[in-house]
Amino acid sequence: MTMVVSSPHRTRGDRVARLMLLVIGCTAPGMATLMSFFGWGVMFQVWLAIGAAVATEALCLSARGRSPKRELKDFTAMLTGVLLGLAIPPYAPWWIIVTGTAFAIVFGKHLYGGLGMNPFNPAMVGYVFLLITFPTQMTSWTPPLSLSDAPPGLFDSVAIIFTGETFDDRTLNALRLGVDGFTMATPLDALKVDLNQGLMISEVQQHPVYGAFAGAGWEWVNVAFLFGGFILIQQKAITWAIPGGVLTGLFASSLLFNIWNPDAYASPLFHLFSGGTMLAAFFIATDPVSASTTPKGRWYYGLGIGVLIYLIRTFGGYPDAVAFAVLLMNIAAPTIDLYTTPVVYGHKQEH
Amino acid sequence: MAWHLHGFPGGIHPARMNKSPAVDNPIESLPLPPHLILPLHQHSGEPAIPVIEVGQKVRRGQLIAKAAPGRSAAVHAPANGEISFIGFHACPNDSGMHEQCIGICTDEEGELDEDEFVDDISLTEEEMRQRIAMAGIVGLGGAGFPTVKKLTRHGTKYLIINAAECEPYISCDDRLMRERAPQIVEGIHILARLLQAEKILFAIEDNKPEALKAIALACFETDIEVVVIPTKYPSGAQKQLVQNLLGIEVPSGQHSTSLGIVMYNVGTCYAVSRAIAHSEPLISRIVTVTGDAVQRPGNYEVLVGTPIEYLLQHAGVHSDKLRRVVMGGPIMGIAINNLSAPVTKLTNCLIASGPNELDEDLRARECIRCGDCVEACPASLLPQQLYWHIKTGAYERAEKLHLDDCIECGACAYVCPSHIPLVQYYRHGKSHLWLRQQERQKAEHAKQRFEARQARLDREKEEKALRHKRAAEARLAAAQANEARATEAQPAAKAEPDKPVIEQHNDRMSEVLAAVERARKKKTDPDAENKS
Repeated sequence: MTMVVSSPHRTRGDRVARLMLLVIGCTAPGMATLMSFFGWGVMFQVWLAIGAAVATEALCLSARGRSPKRELKDFTAMLTGVLLGLAIPPYAPWWIIVTGTAFAIVFGKHLYGGLGMNPFNPAMVGYVFLLITFPTQMTSWTPPLSLSDAPPGLFDSVAIIFTGETFDDRTLNALRLGVDGFTMATPLDALKVDLNQGLMISEVQQHPVYGAFAGAGWEWVNVAFLFGGFILIQQKAITWAIPGGVLTGLFASSLLFNIWNPDAYASPLFHLFSGGTMLAAFFIATDPVSASTTPKGRWYYGLGIGVLIYLIRTFGGYPDAVAFAVLLMNIAAPTIDLYTTPVVYGHKQEH
Repeated sequence: MAWHLHGFPGGIHPARMNKSPAVDNPIESLPLPPHLILPLHQHSGEPAIPVIEVGQKVRRGQLIAKAAPGRSAAVHAPANGEISFIGFHACPNDSGMHEQCIGICTDEEGELDEDEFVDDISLTEEEMRQRIAMAGIVGLGGAGFPTVKKLTRHGTKYLIINAAECEPYISCDDRLMRERAPQIVEGIHILARLLQAEKILFAIEDNKPEALKAIALACFETDIEVVVIPTKYPSGAQKQLVQNLLGIEVPSGQHSTSLGIVMYNVGTCYAVSRAIAHSEPLISRIVTVTGDAVQRPGNYEVLVGTPIEYLLQHAGVHSDKLRRVVMGGPIMGIAINNLSAPVTKLTNCLIASGPNELDEDLRARECIRCGDCVEACPASLLPQQLYWHIKTGAYERAEKLHLDDCIECGACAYVCPSHIPLVQYYRHGKSHLWLRQQERQKAEHAKQRFEARQARLDREKEEKALRHKRAAEARLAAAQANEARATEAQPAAKAEPDKPVIEQHNDRMSEVLAAVERARKKKTDPDAENKS
């Protein structure tokens, strides 16, 4: 019985895989809601993304001389795939999500040294790569099924993703038509266009795309991701710091502008429940590897993301701002850590 | 009124405490083992110095190794017998390195030697101190700090008795409190008297209700305030307990005694009471023997020096079930590879783990910076940043993040989802920094010596130069005096003495030139010499 074993002899165990599976599991309510509003496309995109992520991860691990069999079991690549799959338009062509995911895994993760070494959120690296390279495909969101002229069925969804056309020869652009015959944008996009045309918030919000309080379909998708986020916090997979910071930052900045000029700037409620807010706050910004690591720093990190989401959404030219906000704060995370070191026991007097 | 607790940050709540079944059985005395092995170094400080010879008969309680000068503690014979060896033997330590021990072949349990220890209750304080020092008592909570060394200070504000016993499995203090509370309280009173403590606090975790009842009863109408603290690891760590009870942080690099706070483990109080009231040196202690591989888990009163395998056999260990033997708790304890190593004064618990009881075959993954360790750290350190810096060799940055203030409680490693042995990294980092500091001190010492030598040489040179200058001046003055006298006598004969010197010089010069000419010839015609 000769062995070198060091303390602790008992731990909570190897939980990276459990943690990742829990996060993936908690996206389920959001994913299901997204599917119920936007159709089967969501599911196929997520599947494609998982497949591409796992395959790329396995290739990268082999190339780096690691054991894919052991390290794939941490499910981190799968999570990157799920997040990217949820973030892109549901009927984008298949090669969009495949190249985006592969890019995320190769350039966002393994070129930096793999798990734990990447300074940027891999899923968001992939998203920004896609957004700036294929802007048309990445902004082609379809309206919620309820507002759609002719919602695609299960097989039509597969067909449009892989061939660009449904079985009855409709293109993606046809799918994007609303019941009124006009191409429908996302609520965030629609708001930007309408405001640019000189309309006031009170006027534009009569349109059905704005839904009950923050955008048809999107408001419920956000509610569902918020619910998933609560489970993550309740399960202690994440703490309030980052999501709390993101939501506070977004709320405070939108409130400020909304009070100043309610006709030109949308309400905090609209911003909190539009686009990818809740997915970002609870599932994307909370990626621990690329976030700040100190307890205080995580609040600042989240706040920064929240404020940047608002600024880029309101003044920028992109459909949503989550990816840019997260990447910009990723850059700031090491500096935030440096200035938010907690006071260590026995050093109180020095401060 | 209940004592106001201040709490402490971080900490963990292990899912399985495993205090039962060992804690449910009364303390049982172990039969006399055939031989005992007593390490000379069972405490913090210098090893004890043997005062017996091989083959010598010893009696129970007889001093066999005296405390070394400075910080050290004496070792006594736990039973009657004969000294079988003085030399290296396996000891319960991390490295598995053998240490200096004294071996005793026992013949009977024996009685305490009346000559060595006289029972007398009316001792002076100095005599009590003397007796505690003579009894070889050390802090039984784990640190092994010689008890008497903390007794020198007068004007103690707080005497804190540590009965937290916060690590899973360990229940020796719990059982001791349940069964021997009055003796513990007696020991506390002795310590309080010697320290002249203003306030006595007895801290016990709320997961030991029976021990609490026994202690509360024994402390009734005394000046000991029993404080129940919430169960949380590491509530029994000295600095954390001070913070929890008093809301004070012990400044970095200092000991709580510098703030007038002295802390003793309950087991130590019991040992003090035995030493004063029963003239008994520290020759036995309570050890928790537990784990899935033992048939009869419980707390055993064991003679110091008892081989671990003897104790395990007595507790009914299944060798086919046995996976690992850990001394101490599962979070901070050390794995014992050589079971012939003895129980020491600091052995509080032995875990003989069965299949899947402790972690097996878990390999470390990459750190995902989840920050669970930051939340668990009771010292408010940034464990994962310390880990990154030490791993990459940036020891100075780890030092800047106060690596030295890590108490090595292992809470971070316990919660780490990637199963990284964080504490080992910190120990490595600390020893690296320690070595570097030693080197720096050595270098500084060498530099000082070199500079001192250089200064001395310079000084000597200067002195020499000064002497020469003075001598030259003296000569010159003498010469001038002579000259003056000569000029006075013969002013005309001034330039004459130079001439013969130049002639001499010219003669020498021609000799040299001739030699050079011969050499040149030899060189241009090397055979000339041979031919001639």
